[in-house]
Amino acid sequence: MRTTIRASLIFLHTALMAVSPAAAAETVKIGFITSLSGPAGIIGKHMKDSVELALDHLGRKVGGLDVEIIYGDDQRKPDVGKQLADEMLKKHRVHFVSGIIWSNVMLAVAPTVTQAGTFMIGTNAGPHELAGKMCNELFFTTSWQNDQTPEAMGKYMQDQGIRDVYAMAPNYAAGKDMISGFKRYFKGRVVDEVYTKLGQQDYQAEISQIRAAHPKAVFVFYPGDMGIQFVKQYVQAGLREQIPLYSVYTIDEVTLPALKEVAVGIFETRYWSPDLKNEANQKYIGDFRKKFGYTPSFYGTQSYDGILLIDSAVRAVKGDLSNRKGMIAAMRKADYKSTRGTYTYNVNHFPIQNFYLLKTVKGAGGEVEMQIQKTVFENHKDAYYQDCGMKW
Amino acid sequence: MILLVLEQTLNGLQYGVMLLLMAAGLTLVFGIMNLVNLAHGSLYMVGAYLATGFYQWTGSFLASVALALAATLVVGIVVEVVALRTLYERDHLDQVLATFGLILFFNELIAIVWGRAALYSSLPGWLSGHMQVLPGVRYPVYRALVILVGLVVAALLYLMVTRTRLGMLIRAGASNRTMVAALGVNIRLLYTVVFGVGAALAGLAGLIAGPIYAVQPGMGEQILIQVFVVIVIGGIGSIRGAVVGAVIVGMVDTLGRAFLKPVLSIVLSPSAADTAGPALASMLIYMLMAAVLAVRPQGLFPVR
Amino acid sequence: MARSPRALTLAAGVLMLALVPVAAELLDQPFYVDLFRRIMIFAIAALSLDLILGYGGMVSFGHAAYLGIGAYAVGVLTHHGIANGYLQWSLAILGSALVALAIGAVSIRTSGVYFIMITLAFTQMLYYLGISIEEYGGDDGMRLAVRSQFPGLLDLRNATAFYYLVLGILLLFLLLGQRLVDARFGMVIRAARSNEPRARAIGFSPYRYKLTAFVISGAMCGLAGALLVNQTEYLTPEFMHWTRSGEIMFMVILGGIGTLMGPVLGAAVFLLLEDVLSAWTVHWQIILGPFLVLVVLFAKKGLIGLVPDEAAPGG
Repeated sequence: MRTTIRASLIFLHTALMAVSPAAAAETVKIGFITSLSGPAGIIGKHMKDSVELALDHLGRKVGGLDVEIIYGDDQRKPDVGKQLADEMLKKHRVHFVSGIIWSNVMLAVAPTVTQAGTFMIGTNAGPHELAGKMCNELFFTTSWQNDQTPEAMGKYMQDQGIRDVYAMAPNYAAGKDMISGFKRYFKGRVVDEVYTKLGQQDYQAEISQIRAAHPKAVFVFYPGDMGIQFVKQYVQAGLREQIPLYSVYTIDEVTLPALKEVAVGIFETRYWSPDLKNEANQKYIGDFRKKFGYTPSFYGTQSYDGILLIDSAVRAVKGDLSNRKGMIAAMRKADYKSTRGTYTYNVNHFPIQNFYLLKTVKGAGGEVEMQIQKTVFENHKDAYYQDCGMKW
Repeated sequence: MILLVLEQTLNGLQYGVMLLLMAAGLTLVFGIMNLVNLAHGSLYMVGAYLATGFYQWTGSFLASVALALAATLVVGIVVEVVALRTLYERDHLDQVLATFGLILFFNELIAIVWGRAALYSSLPGWLSGHMQVLPGVRYPVYRALVILVGLVVAALLYLMVTRTRLGMLIRAGASNRTMVAALGVNIRLLYTVVFGVGAALAGLAGLIAGPIYAVQPGMGEQILIQVFVVIVIGGIGSIRGAVVGAVIVGMVDTLGRAFLKPVLSIVLSPSAADTAGPALASMLIYMLMAAVLAVRPQGLFPVR
Repeated sequence: MARSPRALTLAAGVLMLALVPVAAELLDQPFYVDLFRRIMIFAIAALSLDLILGYGGMVSFGHAAYLGIGAYAVGVLTHHGIANGYLQWSLAILGSALVALAIGAVSIRTSGVYFIMITLAFTQMLYYLGISIEEYGGDDGMRLAVRSQFPGLLDLRNATAFYYLVLGILLLFLLLGQRLVDARFGMVIRAARSNEPRARAIGFSPYRYKLTAFVISGAMCGLAGALLVNQTEYLTPEFMHWTRSGEIMFMVILGGIGTLMGPVLGAAVFLLLEDVLSAWTVHWQIILGPFLVLVVLFAKKGLIGLVPDEAAPGG
């Protein structure tokens, strides 16, 4: 009887679970969670391709050890992300979980990972909770804290003496954070704050309202397809020439191929740009274009950096993956060739880095691209690190 | 202020026209074949992709419109013959599910063929300017053209339904299908033709949407739910209902987005209006639909 | 009767579910406790939908609403420092019952596609409401600080204890469903489904019976929502998105409508398939889509229809 049960259990095991041999010590396992299906799948593709390029550059080794990457598709749903994290932790027994585009997925996944004693290396979402009260020694990010980018735009517009700004964003938490981050540095008059339906397609009604309000400038946060639609319609309404458009997370290398010359003349702020002149960045851009045939985005550079950061940690402890303290200490130094140039980590494990003003222009070869105009912030810290209790 | 209201009314009308192009096909298919076709949004997406593709290929906007319309018609007929024909006799539940499956299939197929990134789509120069509607009111030429196209299509549909033999069969089919078949009409052919017309209309909506919206996989579902609201308010199967429903939904949605917050801020504190305004504006059409159905469970223009 | 193949399948299924934590422990694969717990939670939601859909003919395309209400009841109370599970779960059940009463009161007056669309409309309203409430995280949602507390009874942080609680609730609902369907109440519902005028003619008011069934179903799904938010430890309005309603409905159809086991089987197959396919290719939806169509076209009674209901002759 006992043997039958055991036999059937083994059968169950093989049938259901696609057996993975017990983690051999010489393999680093990394779980990479992002959105691969659905409309956001394009962002996931940028990230996944960059992870693969990073591994190519590292000779398919991480910290000198063999590496296995398990990709997970969170479908942009927090509960699916959480389930994937559980699967990676408990079934694949990964040493690092990385990736994650969306703040809500990150908030569901990061605590699950760190509570299990595993490293969480975020490569996009930077919700303020994780920068402040919920900061954790096992959590690092290679991106930014959400508010930093609109803060830079607020600072720039304030410095330029621009007054009477009309602010717009989708009606959800990130949209409101973006506008409050903007207002942290912009002290001029905000003519109106308009929040539109999440996923809205048609902005003609809002554009008519803008025209009637006669602002001096418009500040928007419209990520992904909302941005494509808003910008197209804004330009078609003839407003680009009358009221300059300043945006964050709206024009990037993901949306640019769909916008092209429509986006010319629009300003963005960001910590990275394809034309950043440093060796690591130019190598990344060049090899990425060669291998995948398109221009990478900041989603990609962050993911590329994430793998390099992990590599630096594993290298520092000479492959001893049980040495968490050593890996934390190593990552805090940010001792790798980041595509943004050198940066340091704040106490909450968020980068202290520069932010630039970018403008969409027609490049020398006739293609539309983003170029750095000036540095807005040098070594900018996020607004929440003082709430983080970590000391080092 | 009055000029602004006027401009917003035009915007509402234009949005209503987009909804109408989608709703007309959906409601026809429902009225004649008794089929709930969630994949109608996929035909819209196909129309947008084909028009964008043909425009880049031929360089002529008008040629791309003609080619995309014809191609969507063909795609519609293929879908009808291959997948949907067997569903007519099924109950609505099966139809909802099978066509939901088709949505997943089409979205993924488009993603495989064209990639997941949004396509570049643009307006030809001669359509991208503005026109003076009234002193002080400038309106994009393209949006004005959309309104015009919509009104023409609505008129043609009206003529087709009331004046032609096809229209007679459609009306007859909507009220008594078995009888039409018994009278010796080739009901199969009728179904295919009606579905093709509906698909072409969805394709037309899609190709109109291409230059102003993002052309990407899944674009059909974003408009689909609103279209269902339109035909449910109007009464499913009724062309007249679709027209009225589309204009009402387009107006309510547009005017709500534009004026709900300022109006609320008269009554509420500014911060309360900031929160309640956008929330209410996004719920408005659903509230409208629930209210209409609470009073008239078969919509405004019940067919039977 | 009790030995029909379907009854045997049920017994085998329950036994298998009961053994999952043991097997996971033996094989050192604790992830499967999480996976099957999630499956059972969706099975409860699908079962609740099937009660009105399969037996009552009410095609609710908005069942995710109650999933959301249940989740919000737990999340909101926890947010305000009330972690008592008895209180939270009662509120989840009561809250979703009340919402179901309001939605049902209006919706049941309509039928057919109108019913499908009006239930969808109400759920869309709740979805946009959830997105707009900043206090509870808006679209981002919020993390559940602690799982529901049942002092003295059990600790939900213990994966196995939580698992058996969910299994217990699932079995209870299966039993309850069986009783409901067999009772006079269930017969009226079914009669109203097949011929409403006749049911009315013999003196029943189908409206009140249907509304009661609708409320019971909503309350059950609300409890599933409370379980789901504890499973995920995260509250998000995404629980109320219309595609979620579609998925629950698909689980019911896939498994077989108008049966009690069907939804359970459907939830299991759907979620396992999603897990396996999405690990295999990013284009997994191009397989799932046609699979849906094929199930509708060829397995009219769902997967459970492949298992005969009656004992084989002479068996």
